[in-house]
Amino acid sequence: MTSTSRAAVVTLPTDDRIVITREFAAPKHLVYRAWTTPELVAQWWAGRQGRVDSIEIDLRVGGRWRYVMTAHEGMEVAFHGEYREIVPNERIVSTEVFEMPGVPADQWQGTLNTAEFTEAAGRTTLTVLVQCPSREVRDAIIASGMEGGMQESLAALETVARALA
Amino acid sequence: MPIWAYDYGMARAATTADTFNAVAEPRRRQILDLLAQGELPVTELVDRLGLAQPQVSKHLRVLREVGAVRVREDGRQRLYRVDGRALKPIFDWVSRYEALWNERMDELEAVVTRLRDQEDGR
Repeated sequence: MTSTSRAAVVTLPTDDRIVITREFAAPKHLVYRAWTTPELVAQWWAGRQGRVDSIEIDLRVGGRWRYVMTAHEGMEVAFHGEYREIVPNERIVSTEVFEMPGVPADQWQGTLNTAEFTEAAGRTTLTVLVQCPSREVRDAIIASGMEGGMQESLAALETVARALA
Repeated sequence: MPIWAYDYGMARAATTADTFNAVAEPRRRQILDLLAQGELPVTELVDRLGLAQPQVSKHLRVLREVGAVRVREDGRQRLYRVDGRALKPIFDWVSRYEALWNERMDELEAVVTRLRDQEDGR
């Protein structure tokens, strides 16, 4: 069976949300396993941006996770969070905080992320919802480039930016 | 520069942040949508948006300040249009964020495909 290379789709449905979706040619328990098993997360989380240094996952409500990678440019990048809700093979809700270099830990800002795994005809759609908890955090994220303030989809943005450039 | 650095801090250039803030306002996004279809005078924007002219003018001023909208004189009219160059940082950001997730999802798919093949072969 060939794997169809379907693109991830990023949409910005409201002022404080980012949604990423992707379909996989596999049942959802396998996508869930790849999403939650440290040795497997280490194989995909960095994309092609660098090398994964460590993946810690304590997969239970209240449990913590922490992912660390070194980007190609040598910069260490770390994220951590706490699991809030876990429905095996279905849904994981967790916080996510970027450990911002040079910024005191009490000023780090986080999001609440929901990963959902839905299966149809043997294919799985993974949906990751990034919920920014407050306008303040959202604005900070907007200011840093993680645009949460646009309601338009990427397609609409692309149309505007490309057609009029 | 790693994409994370771009996303979370190092690219906090004031001009880019200003553009993000300028287009974060729903009415200004509506104005951009309308102008994306072609040049319009302020009176036309007032009609289509159902807003008072001073409000529309205020939004246009914000958009002009960040360069997202340009204006030209055409006889007695002033015609407004979108300038895509100012919006490009936003487009670039979403593209980069999407590119990162595309990479992650591609790698995740490779992992999932291996798991599936292992399971099938069992």
